[in-house]
Amino acid sequence: MNPDTNTKRNEPWREELRKATKNKERTDIPRVHMRELPADYRNKNNEEVNSGLTKEDALKEAKRCLDCPSPSCTNGCPVGIDIPQFVKNIERGEILEAAKIVKQTSALPAVCSRVCPQEKQCEAECIYAQKMGKEAVAIGYLERFAADYERDSGQMAVPECAPSNGIKVAVVGSGPAGLSFASDMAKRGYKVTVFEALHEIGGVLKYGIPEFRLPNSIVDVEIEILKKLGVEIITNCIVGKTITFEELQAQEYKALFVGSGAGLPRFMHIPGENLVGVMSSNEYLTRINLMGASRDGDTPVLSGKNVAIIGGGNTAMDAVRTAKRLGAERAMIVYRRSEAEMPARVEEIKHAKEEGVEFMPLHNPIEYIADEKGRVKQMRLQKMTLGEPDASGRRSPVEIPGAIDTIDVDTVIVSIGVSPNPLVPSSIRNLDVSKWGTITVNDGMQSSIPAIFAGGDIVRGGATVILAMGDGRRAAAAMDEYLQKLC
Amino acid sequence: MNKILKKEHFSPNVLHFEVEAPQIAKTRKAGHFVLVKVGEKGERIPLTIASSDPVKGSISLVVQRVGVSSAKLCALNEGDYITDLVGPLGKATHIEKYGTVVCAGGGVGVAPLLPIVEAMKKAENRVITVLAARSKELVILEEQMRANSDEVIIMTDDGSYGKQGLVTAGIEEVLLREKVDLCVTVGPAVMMKFVALLTKKYDIPTMASLNTIMVDGTGMCGACRITVGGKIKFVCVDGPEFDAHEVDFDEMQMRLSSYKELEIKAMQQYTETTAI
Ligand SMILES: Cc1cc2nc3c(=O)[nH]c(=O)nc-3n(C[C@H](O)[C@H](O)[C@H](O)COP(=O)(O)OP(=O)(O)OC[C@H]3O[C@@H](n4cnc5c(N)ncnc54)[C@H](O)[C@@H]3O)c2cc1C
Ligand SMILES: Cc1cc2nc3c(=O)[nH]c(=O)nc-3n(C[C@H](O)[C@H](O)[C@H](O)COP(=O)(O)OP(=O)(O)OC[C@H]3O[C@@H](n4cnc5c(N)ncnc54)[C@H](O)[C@@H]3O)c2cc1C
Ligand code: SF4
Ligand code: SF4
Ligand code: FES
Repeated sequence: MNPDTNTKRNEPWREELRKATKNKERTDIPRVHMRELPADYRNKNNEEVNSGLTKEDALKEAKRCLDCPSPSCTNGCPVGIDIPQFVKNIERGEILEAAKIVKQTSALPAVCSRVCPQEKQCEAECIYAQKMGKEAVAIGYLERFAADYERDSGQMAVPECAPSNGIKVAVVGSGPAGLSFASDMAKRGYKVTVFEALHEIGGVLKYGIPEFRLPNSIVDVEIEILKKLGVEIITNCIVGKTITFEELQAQEYKALFVGSGAGLPRFMHIPGENLVGVMSSNEYLTRINLMGASRDGDTPVLSGKNVAIIGGGNTAMDAVRTAKRLGAERAMIVYRRSEAEMPARVEEIKHAKEEGVEFMPLHNPIEYIADEKGRVKQMRLQKMTLGEPDASGRRSPVEIPGAIDTIDVDTVIVSIGVSPNPLVPSSIRNLDVSKWGTITVNDGMQSSIPAIFAGGDIVRGGATVILAMGDGRRAAAAMDEYLQKLC
Repeated sequence: MNKILKKEHFSPNVLHFEVEAPQIAKTRKAGHFVLVKVGEKGERIPLTIASSDPVKGSISLVVQRVGVSSAKLCALNEGDYITDLVGPLGKATHIEKYGTVVCAGGGVGVAPLLPIVEAMKKAENRVITVLAARSKELVILEEQMRANSDEVIIMTDDGSYGKQGLVTAGIEEVLLREKVDLCVTVGPAVMMKFVALLTKKYDIPTMASLNTIMVDGTGMCGACRITVGGKIKFVCVDGPEFDAHEVDFDEMQMRLSSYKELEIKAMQQYTETTAI
């Protein structure tokens, strides 16, 4: 564990706080509930479902945390946030201080606290869940509380920057990896330019994750801070197309960070998959979230009465809940394994169910059937059962011979994962990529070309926001070291 | 934001724009396209880069007004700004000296055909251009095509101009008369389908430039996907040009009609509220 954490734990205020309430009393407090909009109201609009904790609730929840001598929760956080330190600050009412602590490690706390799969990360490692058979401390909710509180206070601190060192670095992509990298490099005194292919900044946070889960305004606040740090962001610029790596070098950019994401949608290659009304979740969500389809945008979107989403991840949950909001009578999750294997956040599955989404686990599409105009009207589903665990450790789906269902659908959204976008890797000569198309990097996120670093989904394949962010930070530290030696 | 430097009418519904885009003007090659979005809430529509002037830092686009988004672009004037413009996208056209090249275009395909005709001519090919339209008023870019072709054959469905008949009749006339080394076709999917069937019969290599529906143009959404030789291809990154004999044009036509009803309704609303 981080030795820093220990010393902080011995600060007088924390010792006092620990003594003020007995552990028994702390563990008797039930876990707080998130306030949320009623399901039959929220499934018709785009308002954020989770409304956040009240200060009273937050202070009470913070009290549950035992301020463990060697807190296992921090091991569960991919970026190692000093969880007890920020939680104890909430308990003593120093919310702005708590926010500051979170921000020492996380560049996007308001975002991560909303989208991290906490039940698999920090909260999974909390002593409550590990040893006491109780619900973990609601670390994610508390983190969100601190971040939102700071934002609403109007006292959002712009981090301090080192004096400018005049060295230019370029970033490809404005997703969480690129943004966190840019923020760290700006703080270190570099002159950072972010190039973004789309007309909007934020990557998946904008075009993928819907407003009802992560409002754009939250992301925009983070982007504003980045701009205040002096980061320049150029939209509508595709590195490898509009501008090449060689040109960037000629323009005196000393190094490049690639955070171009895993934007390539996968399809199943089954009959009828190109019918009208069958599309990738990227297309569906981009039309709606980026282009404003179904709201005030000129871009249209097909969204019907019987909508099936193929897949069980976060993207599938976002698509199915969006379909419900666009008026689907039946919005269905079709997933080839059982619910226990679904990779989506537990909260998203819960919310989807409350909102009236139907779950069809252990079903796998094998064919789409068209009407006379070429629009999908039915799908054939192979029923599955669970067999032996596969490479992922999850029990693998096995077909039940002859068990085939046919159901009516007019829209199908294929959400079975993404592959790395080959655009950047293929435009840079001699850049090593794996057989999956991800950029190969060392521990410092440095690629086979010393001046090029990479992180996020382009390195990991479809992963998570917090991992992308952590990569960005790690790359910034390593690139700083590399450039300091060089310059 | 990209400034419109020059706007010119080729015909009432076909406009030529010169747009400031210094970076794209430098890197673009024949066959590349851009995505253009007019207004904060606009749609991203693909348009072929007709030509570029790297010194002036501008590119030119030839736009046919067909629906709301192209109409919104056509409503902009010199000095106005295009909200978003990104490119160059797609793979560059393979231009070389083939010998005799027949370039066949119709409907929405005539505008994007022009830069190909120009490039083929520049590469010292003998260029025979076949333009097809329903009737005389719908024949566009004739003058520009003539300036870059050795011969222009015009076909109209009703015989009101040029010869009566479909684009395929015009092509076949050439195929029967002389040796053709390559055929290039751009237009509605049905048209390209029949061009491909014809040239297959005569064993003429044929390239089709496909104008599918697009959203991002960078391979992220799959809206532009089609089947070529039994495999899924994304037109925005793998194309827009493919071996016409391998393309499933029926599927492409079906996919192009995805939003037809919505588009027609949107255009009605737009024309009711806007004087074009
Ligand atoms: C619908 C959906 C829901 C999700 N939900 C969750 C969740 O709840 N929790 C979670 O942790 N994770 C979730 N994820 C995954 C998470 O969003 C990603 O792992 C994360 O965004 C990856 O970050 P990134 O910075 O690597 O890439 P991205 O966010 O993909 O950003 C990459 C950016 O680079 C740009 N770009 C690409 N190529 C170029 C180029 N050549 N030049 C310039 N710019 C370029 C792209 O346009 C894009 O803006 C979800 C993903 C999706 C699609
Ligand atoms: C790679 C590429 C390059 C292109 N280059 C050019 C160009 O240089 N100049 C130009 O004028 N157009 C070009 N197009 C076509 C152009 O993008 C469309 O005309 C435009 O998107 C139409 O948008 P809209 O909203 O105005 O019309 P919509 O409302 O989308 O459509 C109006 C009507 O036109 C029909 N239509 C629309 N698009 C097409 C199409 N692609 N094929 C067949 N019918 C269609 C629709 O079915 C509908 O009936 C290109 C397309 C692609 C994919
Ligand atoms: S960043 Fe994510 S994993 Fe880390 S503490 Fe916050 S919610 Fe937990
Ligand atoms: S493990 Fe749980 S109780 Fe212990 S410090 Fe972490 S959050 Fe608090
Ligand atoms: S337009 Fe989205 S993948 Fe081609």
